[in-house]
Amino acid sequence: MRGCLAPHPPHLAYASNPPQNEPKSSGAGAWTELLDGYKSLRKSLDQGEYDVIIVHTPHWKTHRGHHLLGVEHFEGLSVDPIFPNLFRFQFDLDVDVELAEAIHAEGEKQGLVMGMMRNPEFRVDYGTITSCYLARPDSKLPIVSISSARSYFDYSNEVGEREMLALGEATRIAVEKTGRRALLLASCSLSHRHFTEEPADPEDPKFEYIYNANQAKWDRHILDLIEGGRNRQILDEMPDFIEQAVSECKDGSLTWLLGAMGVPELPGKVHGYGTVIGTGNAVVEWRLDEQAVQA
Amino acid sequence: MSDAAKQEGQILGGYLVPNKPHALLAPDKSPGWRSLRDSYDKVREQIEASDADLLILFSTRWVSIIGHQIQADPAPEYWVVDEDFHELGTMHYKLRMDAEFAETYRQCASVRGLHARTVAYHGFPIDVGSVAALQLLNPDNRIPACIVSCNVYSDRAETLVLGKAALDAVKKSGRKAIVVGVSALSNRMFTEFIDPAEDHIHSLKDDEWNRKLLELLEAGRLEDVSQLSREFSRQANGDSKLKAIWWMAAAMGQDNDYQGTVFDYQAVWGTGAALVGLVPSPGAGGGLEYDEDDSNYFHGDRNVIATAANTNKVDDSS
Repeated sequence: MRGCLAPHPPHLAYASNPPQNEPKSSGAGAWTELLDGYKSLRKSLDQGEYDVIIVHTPHWKTHRGHHLLGVEHFEGLSVDPIFPNLFRFQFDLDVDVELAEAIHAEGEKQGLVMGMMRNPEFRVDYGTITSCYLARPDSKLPIVSISSARSYFDYSNEVGEREMLALGEATRIAVEKTGRRALLLASCSLSHRHFTEEPADPEDPKFEYIYNANQAKWDRHILDLIEGGRNRQILDEMPDFIEQAVSECKDGSLTWLLGAMGVPELPGKVHGYGTVIGTGNAVVEWRLDEQAVQA
Repeated sequence: MSDAAKQEGQILGGYLVPNKPHALLAPDKSPGWRSLRDSYDKVREQIEASDADLLILFSTRWVSIIGHQIQADPAPEYWVVDEDFHELGTMHYKLRMDAEFAETYRQCASVRGLHARTVAYHGFPIDVGSVAALQLLNPDNRIPACIVSCNVYSDRAETLVLGKAALDAVKKSGRKAIVVGVSALSNRMFTEFIDPAEDHIHSLKDDEWNRKLLELLEAGRLEDVSQLSREFSRQANGDSKLKAIWWMAAAMGQDNDYQGTVFDYQAVWGTGAALVGLVPSPGAGGGLEYDEDDSNYFHGDRNVIATAANTNKVDDSS
């Protein structure tokens, strides 16, 4: 199992100019650090072997517990409702339904409300599509996509954290029981306050910087904890980070990832950090296989 | 027709409708959802009997970040599945948008300082709330529509300006428009799977706040409800701070002079789902109880922090 923080700004897919995406980038270079970060991540991931990509996505929002895709194949056109000028992407994804059902079952054992999504006309969210594309662009691996339950919003950050750790544990048990070699992607930003205006060229670097100094300091602090292997401390501080940095971790993805990895005291490799319309994004990898070798 | 020859447009009235698709997709699973469906028919008949040539929707289910997006595809055709209630089925749609008005609205929003853009892309996911509302209120697309997004960061001032820009655009375009706010009242959902037949408002507190708001709306006091929206949202988890009410009130003239009709009030998975009509009726309103400031122009937020830093500079010249 490997775990990655793999944020999903559609801007990065756009800037990569893949044939699947209709709009074409200017190449002005606003997001170079993150594109380089993903390039470095991909190179590292090439050294591993995987059966499945499991992604937890903030852009599939469910109030009735945690849902998983339960249809074997999806394909079609994904138009981002927020950035339709940048992301109109042809996607083609297979789903590991057996593993999804196993996570569903393990989640219920943890006391979580779980749901399977069986509608074949469902639109796979662009968070799932973008993170999978950026991490493994040529992959034909099946995926499992897990929705973002609204526990943090409906109850509190603390309740959300407990649920996401339980969901992470359920994910780990299901992976182990099914014998999968899994690549886990937490599809979220760190600080997440956006600018609400866009320059004429969205890729113009003059307009790209962190929303404010508070956001930047919190992001730097979290990255220091990641690099120091202090993942338990990240969880201890998560409720405050969410509130004070308007963090997208409120959608639960990072806590799910840390929970699925067993909250290892293992440094994460920060492949890149940069901003997209003011939000802070980090590309991070935790190589649990290295930890196992060292042990 | 030249602009000069156009008669100034007007807003004929407004409706508040629910933000969830249950009345369209599964009316017979719950007595409350069935009631909503029947009430939609009454609203539809009232709209059909009006002289309206445009429906303008503000939907809390279409979230935007970059300013305000306005749907401008003249004939969007695709499908949408509710991300939470996917088991209810797929909504295939073929709608009719007033692309000319959308551009006018964009221009009027820009004049008032708002960052606004039109969107017209094949496959663009029109939101569940708008599709359900249009399919129930305007099923044959007899009246062209316009949909504007709900910016996740905009607060009251910016939303008021967006509503005023809608009125500017209606006047400029000569349209006879009906505005539709697609929004729940209280928006606290049950977070588990329930028997739809036993659906009810999530809490007594939410229910009481909803009923208070509906009492005011039935009395035609739209602006008073707009002024109350912050408190309502704090107390009853209002849908998107009740931005739909802010937008409607601003578009409709910021007063209490309406004839209000509450067609229905039911629960949809614990949330407050109401169908309310408001028709201008000069002199009908009670006293205004304003305590919120008004805004006519939006100045943006990109440099708010920098401006604050300058304001707080310590003068150490002495």
